[in-house]
Amino acid sequence: MSDITKQSLTELVENIKNKKLSSTDVTKAFIQRSEKSSELNAYITDDFAPALDKAKKFDQNPNLDLKLPGIPMAVKDLFCTKNVKTTAGSKILNNFVPTYESTVTENIWNEGAILLGKLNCDEFAMGSSNETSHFGNVQNPIDKNLVPGGSSGGSASAVAGQLTPITIGTDTGGSIRQPASFTGIVGLKPTYGSCSRYGIVAFASSLDQAGPMAQNVKDCALLQEVISTYDSKDSTSINFKRNHYSKELTKNIKGKKIGIPKEYRVDGMPKEIEDLWQKGIQYVKDCGAETIDISLPHTSYALPTYYIVAPAEASSNLARYDGVKYGYRAKGENLIDMYEKTRSEGFGAEVQRRIMIGTYVLSSGYYDAYYLKAQKVRKLIKNDFDEAYKKVDAILTPSTPSSAFKIGEKTNDPVSMYLNDIFTVPVNLAGLPGISIPAGHDTKGYPLGLQIIGKAFDEQNILNIAFAMEEKINFKNKITDWWIK
Amino acid sequence: MNKKNTEYLINRKDNQYEVVIGLEVHAQVLSESKLFSSSSTKFGAEPNTQVSLVDAAFPGMLPVINEFCIKQAIKTGIGLNAKINKRSVFDRKNYFYADLPQGYQISQFKDPIVGEGKVILDMPNGQKEVGIERLHLEQDAGKSIHDLDPQNTFVDLNRSGVALMEIVSKPDLRSPDEVNAYIKKLRSIMRYLGTCDGNMQEGSLRADVNVSVRPKGSKEFGTRCEIKNVNSIKFMQMAIEYEANRQVDLIEEGKTIDQETRLFDTKKNETRSMRSKEDAHDYRYFPDPDLLPLEVSEKFIEELKNDIPELPDDKKKRFIEEFKLSPYEANILVSDIDTAKYFEEVVAKMGKNKDIKLAVNWITGELFAILNSKGLEISQSPVSAKNFAILINLIKNGTISGKIAKTVFELMIDGDKDPQKIVEEKGLKQQSDPKALEALIDKIINENREKAIEYKQGKEKLFGFFVGQAMKASGGKANPQLINEILKKKL
Repeated sequence: MSDITKQSLTELVENIKNKKLSSTDVTKAFIQRSEKSSELNAYITDDFAPALDKAKKFDQNPNLDLKLPGIPMAVKDLFCTKNVKTTAGSKILNNFVPTYESTVTENIWNEGAILLGKLNCDEFAMGSSNETSHFGNVQNPIDKNLVPGGSSGGSASAVAGQLTPITIGTDTGGSIRQPASFTGIVGLKPTYGSCSRYGIVAFASSLDQAGPMAQNVKDCALLQEVISTYDSKDSTSINFKRNHYSKELTKNIKGKKIGIPKEYRVDGMPKEIEDLWQKGIQYVKDCGAETIDISLPHTSYALPTYYIVAPAEASSNLARYDGVKYGYRAKGENLIDMYEKTRSEGFGAEVQRRIMIGTYVLSSGYYDAYYLKAQKVRKLIKNDFDEAYKKVDAILTPSTPSSAFKIGEKTNDPVSMYLNDIFTVPVNLAGLPGISIPAGHDTKGYPLGLQIIGKAFDEQNILNIAFAMEEKINFKNKITDWWIK
Repeated sequence: MNKKNTEYLINRKDNQYEVVIGLEVHAQVLSESKLFSSSSTKFGAEPNTQVSLVDAAFPGMLPVINEFCIKQAIKTGIGLNAKINKRSVFDRKNYFYADLPQGYQISQFKDPIVGEGKVILDMPNGQKEVGIERLHLEQDAGKSIHDLDPQNTFVDLNRSGVALMEIVSKPDLRSPDEVNAYIKKLRSIMRYLGTCDGNMQEGSLRADVNVSVRPKGSKEFGTRCEIKNVNSIKFMQMAIEYEANRQVDLIEEGKTIDQETRLFDTKKNETRSMRSKEDAHDYRYFPDPDLLPLEVSEKFIEELKNDIPELPDDKKKRFIEEFKLSPYEANILVSDIDTAKYFEEVVAKMGKNKDIKLAVNWITGELFAILNSKGLEISQSPVSAKNFAILINLIKNGTISGKIAKTVFELMIDGDKDPQKIVEEKGLKQQSDPKALEALIDKIINENREKAIEYKQGKEKLFGFFVGQAMKASGGKANPQLINEILKKKL
């Protein structure tokens, strides 16, 4: 069964349920391919031997009623996994082994999946290219020396490169959708409050949200169904009626009204992005939906707002990494000296930059001008969407303003790096669900994605639109296995 | 110090200074578990045995509000006659310290759960109203232990995350005595409500004391200094006295007072500078994004209001009206909830024909004395309210004299014995049979003829001698009133 790793999650689940494949077959295949894929640097920590044991155990007494029966799965290294090292891509958590499991991963294992390992990511999920990881950058399976995007770069690379059938990432400003777009896969950022944040290393609490990254929309819907649960351990978790996303998935989107926001046509956007968007508009029309031009007037303020709110929260969230309780500790003359050395040595440059920005915008005398103002603008951005949703059911935009760039191309230009998130951050600021689906290639043959933004809690609707478009787009990812030894 | 008119003033040459004091009281919420985690709050456990992953701020851990603590804070607000805010916000107060695992304390900054209120103090020269500025909820930090090792500091996180109520007064207090009365009143109210045990030895109640001085009659406030974390009323009073005098001395010397945070050194009895205003932390407060704003409904507050017991002020009023007690007596009985409980139980057990005054005298006299000498709280009283009531009734109905009652009381202490049984077993019943007493007195007069003659001749103080002899002959059991009457007749 050499083609096991080419199968989608849905196919693998079916084959295991039909007993055409065992969990051991599947797990072995992904471990073997992962082992041959070290050049991608997608993994920070593998858990292959225990995974195989678990697969064998599963096969001895398989529970085929589960949604992910014996399916091996690697996850972003931002999710705390019991007894398996969890680093958040940082030196400061280099030696950290949680004694607890995040709610999202717990939900996954409860449905029968098996942990393959922990996937590389930008340090504390701060980055758009996976280059800020303490454990090195990740290669994009599309092309050597191409970034996979970030911060869920390892996750995107692992799905596109077929090292895991599916995975989960986290998205604070685009960290699922942008790498999905760069690697030609599907990535869903659910509504804020849909997936529990319990046990996920926090970056910016009011924006962070876990979500599935998959080869196709159906797989994505299935995993979303598993990970989205109300959790009393997260005070921001919302108790709403969740759909059976995969069962209720339909391509019938006739009569749906899709908004096209003019503000997303930004200066300097490459023509091929504009062309892709136009193609996307045609696809939804072909599916029987209607497009309506809309305005989201505060869009241009989203990026600066995000780069105040997210670093502010991060500067406080990351205060706990002080060398006292766990993680990396540098030797110091006294407490203050130990703090300074631990945090200077333990955090990378981008994390330090954001802690500095966050500390600055919260400091007395600047709070009103920055943080408070940003919160007000955030409200306006949300109001824009609320207004738009009086007229439309969903919104279609490009996922990113460009295709994947070369490793090292933007590392010395943080602002140009931040600009990558221009289409994705408004969605986080408004707490809405957004999905990126692969929709075409640029002239270099690199994948490009389209984003569908939904109403809060309306994941089913954007999954349906994505499902319908997917068929029309009929995207084929150009993977040559160049890295396989 | 001028004690005239009970006004507390500091005198220097021709100048008199008034002292202005405001308190920030930190009261530990009486709750089994912490403010944002389910860890136990029990005092005195082995270090780091009551610490959850949330309390130790492990990655990905999130706070979840303990609803019970919210109820306790609202109840306290009601007890302080304060405005309850239906919407309040938890903020992060950011600073680094080894015993602060999150790197921030979750507190309430702009929108506290309780707004303005007031407390009435009973001072010797009348009542005094003290304004409450606000009450907010916050987490306690852990404890750094510096003296276990010469090289290292140890950290105990048992206290980390324990719920505290910070009760901020207006700068309405004017003397150490008022501070004493204020703290005691707060403590009393919270103990009535069951929202704080008020145990200062265990740190359940401590205060930051803001002190400033100004010339008598001035309407403007002077520059204040904050004395941090004082954990006994006595130390608060000493610290205020020292600090006020220090500030007055500076003014008299023509110097200015720096706004700063100071510490009280209990050994040297002085305050000293901890950090100046310039060195003050920038706490970078902002709403905790892990917690949504706290919203409580009118119904929620109303239900808690219905749950509020009779509080000391009302109880005092009722005691005065219902039991005809003096304000002084009522104050003594209501200031501590357990004393009030004991008293009310005694009253109930005494039944119809009761002597409340007598009961009050015995509680504040004999009972308090025995508790004091044994170092016990009234809740640990060796004599139950039931048996205490029986004893009072025995006195009231003349079964035993007050003097014998003291003997009986001594015997009751050991094992909370029934006084009725003691009286019977020891034969301590008062002799009130006039015939028997007459015979007894006749006998004494006969035996002391000469003294009887002397008495009749005018040596009146010999009357006491005969009373003594009669009591002695009866083994102290004779009804002293009857003895008096019979003696007067016979002599």
